Amino acid sequence: MTTAVQAAATGPLRAEGLQVTRGPRQLFSELSFGIDSGEILVLRGANGTGKTTLLRVVAGLTQPDQGSVQWCGRAWGAKDAERRSVCLYLGHAHALKEELSALQNLKLALALDGIEAGTEACAHALDACGLAGRHAVQVRRLSQGQKRRVGLARLALSEKPLWLLDEPTNALDAEGIERFSALILGHTAKGGIAAVATHLPMPFQSARELRLEGSA
Amino acid sequence: MSSVSLELVEQSELAPEDGFWVALKRDLAIAMQNKGELAQALAFMAIVVSLFPLAVGPEAQLLKRIAPGVVWVAALLAALLTLPRLFASDYQDGTLEQVLLSPYPLPVLCAGKTLAHWLTTGLPLAVLAPLFGLQYGLNGDELGVLVASLMLGTPVLSMLGAIGAALTLGVRGGSILMALLVLPLFVPVLIFGAGAVEQALSGQDTTANLSLLGAVMLAGAVLTPVAIAAALRISLD
Repeated sequence: MTTAVQAAATGPLRAEGLQVTRGPRQLFSELSFGIDSGEILVLRGANGTGKTTLLRVVAGLTQPDQGSVQWCGRAWGAKDAERRSVCLYLGHAHALKEELSALQNLKLALALDGIEAGTEACAHALDACGLAGRHAVQVRRLSQGQKRRVGLARLALSEKPLWLLDEPTNALDAEGIERFSALILGHTAKGGIAAVATHLPMPFQSARELRLEGSA
Repeated sequence: MSSVSLELVEQSELAPEDGFWVALKRDLAIAMQNKGELAQALAFMAIVVSLFPLAVGPEAQLLKRIAPGVVWVAALLAALLTLPRLFASDYQDGTLEQVLLSPYPLPVLCAGKTLAHWLTTGLPLAVLAPLFGLQYGLNGDELGVLVASLMLGTPVLSMLGAIGAALTLGVRGGSILMALLVLPLFVPVLIFGAGAVEQALSGQDTTANLSLLGAVMLAGAVLTPVAIAAALRISLD
């Protein structure tokens, strides 16, 4: 059995009675939590306890065996269009095409999100994320941290209210983490929500933690 | 309380059909960066088609007799060669997850990706088919039917193949498994396509076979995007 912080589930995002089995292993069961508008939830737990899986369940990439994810009181279906216009998921992989430039990648990612961002806005966001002068460089020539920063630029231009971030500060230097912190605090100040799965210390104190403990 | 977040959602009112162009432009932009890969299928087809005269001998009558079958089977194998690429690289770098999470309907995005695949593989094959046909002594009219049959048939190869490619994502030995899955599905296209060219060789009317190919293509264009989308959801779960 998994124990979890049973939160007062009043916020726009609520998960109720989630149960996920991966192969022979049950990752968690009867997992319930809620995240309020303007709140950050940090998911913690050892390797293999299901942090990434939980983010994927909320995003709708993985279907839970039981339970539901609700947004403003309405349960999201497996192919919910609203869910896809609400969630922004940044996974372990950078989700960048190696052969394209940082700028092209950012524009493509935003186009897929349905956001018409001009070259100027994209270039400005990349500058702000510490990639000035690297816009036209093929992503394969960027370092791990610089690839993460392209993801940060995407966060900066995103209009989606729910951010699901998997190890967002991996490979980022101190300045990058500061930049990430500013982005996520700006997001929550506007009423946005974020769920962050991580092993690393997070640069903000205001966050609530959800600890996944795994099952035998 | 949640008013801010809801406003954010309402800003993103999207026309679903735009997703088709977003996916098409995206995959074409990526293909343009990998021009070498574009040439691979063509080079493969050229080599396979050129091997047969070397193997069976230069007898003109025999070559003309086997031409429809050889060109069509070579086109099938060339398509098979390119299909694993359709989703595999997106799957590896995590962009396929972003495609699934896009607010555009997934079948529409899949249709755009499939068209991009055909434009970069099937279309060049069909356009260059007369060069292959000339090696076998086909004349003008017969070459025209060959091109027409490939134009109608290769989109079906991309569409059916995409289902197989989506289903076998992340599976060990996926490309062999995909071949076993989709080659039987290609059989009707092969029969109609090669059949049309054969009819042209014997001076018969080719409209029946070409119409059937056209019908298969239209049915595929309507039905396969939904199947590809469902297969992707299963593979990424």
